[in-house]
Amino acid sequence: MSISLHLNGERVDAHVLPRLNLADFLREHLHLTGTHVGCEHGVCGACTVRVNGEIVRSCLMLAVQTHGASVQTIEGLSDSGEIADLQAAFRNRNALQCGYCTPGMLMAAQDLLKREPAPDRERIREHLSGNYCRCTGYQAIIDAVETTAKARKGRSS
Amino acid sequence: MKASAFAYARATSVGNALELLAAHGDKAKVLSGGQSLMPAMNLRLISPEFIVDISELDELRGIALRGNALTIGALTRHVDLLRSPEIAAHAPLLAEAVAHVAHPAIRNRGTLGGSLAHADPASELPACMLALGATIVVRSESGERRIAAVEFFRGIYETALSANELLVAVELPIGQMNSVHFFHEFARRHGDYAIAGLASLAIVEDRLFKDLRLAFFAVADRPVLAKAANRLINVDVTPAVMSGTLVALGEELSPHEDQQASPAMRGHLAKVLLSRCVSALLGRPELQVAAS
Repeated sequence: MSISLHLNGERVDAHVLPRLNLADFLREHLHLTGTHVGCEHGVCGACTVRVNGEIVRSCLMLAVQTHGASVQTIEGLSDSGEIADLQAAFRNRNALQCGYCTPGMLMAAQDLLKREPAPDRERIREHLSGNYCRCTGYQAIIDAVETTAKARKGRSS
Repeated sequence: MKASAFAYARATSVGNALELLAAHGDKAKVLSGGQSLMPAMNLRLISPEFIVDISELDELRGIALRGNALTIGALTRHVDLLRSPEIAAHAPLLAEAVAHVAHPAIRNRGTLGGSLAHADPASELPACMLALGATIVVRSESGERRIAAVEFFRGIYETALSANELLVAVELPIGQMNSVHFFHEFARRHGDYAIAGLASLAIVEDRLFKDLRLAFFAVADRPVLAKAANRLINVDVTPAVMSGTLVALGEELSPHEDQQASPAMRGHLAKVLLSRCVSALLGRPELQVAAS
């Protein structure tokens, strides 16, 4: 089936099979390998991307369903500089080790920070509860998100 | 794993979706939010030959007050329920329950109709429909059927829906003054499927239950309205009444065993939920002791 979508601000036209999920479309067809594939059934959060401004699991969405949609991946968020401070905070706080969960974590964390300027640690935990990390034990990730929230609040006030 | 191959059609209207379902029968599956269907397909638990994608049908979206009922379109997403002022005002039980469903990225896609049609016995929304006395509206090419929630859920992943029918909306009766609700579930982690849960709606006057609906989930092959609730209506709930009700609940339920919990553990948790519910709704903390 032919689809047309906006990906990270650029128009993409493609032919895909119905069974192809969005994660595999991004990785295999468009070679955007920042979106990671973990569990393939919506549990781990590694494949989190933005569709029409909202985070979704790209393993639980068909590529054909993005026809007419606006999709943003970690490459888009990273290249635009939107999450440069969040990425720096992750690096500074050692909030990643193997890095497999990191793109999904950044997607979910930025989603929260866009909606709530001053989330407490409990809210951060809750919002990231659908993203698994097997390396860090989560504390450093919560620290990095909290630090970014405080720094952004300081800048805007 | 990846889903096996299937043919796909994006429905252009409800009528078109019904035509497709009539043509393909039980070889077809309806794709709504996909948050239960897609995992099942990726794990190859099911391999439908034909997918009818209804996710673009705006006519199935939205929440509207009509007379004494709140009509919720089947494609209304979990996140829409969470943010809706109508739901907060008229069905706060639903808003509270949705916060326990999975995680933000799932709630951004998952739909009310999809959850009900999927009918996982451990999921929150089917039990809420029982507690709220909902009517499930389904449509086929031959017309519309309105099914009471208690009649709709028939077993694990089984409902009263035929293969040629589409769940189009849910109607919740409203206007019951001073109704109060309780929702709680036990899960390994926030967002996981419940080990045992309770959604309850009650009318309390002069510290007495005038009405009480106790919808337990994850303790049977479908959500169940506990008959034990009748023991608490229009009576002074003494500790003796409470312990008699807990015994009756234990006799009424026959929970299943799975990797998460034994039948005895589920039975115990159901009693804990009931005692917390009654003590919270009546504002009587001393009644909670009766469960232990």
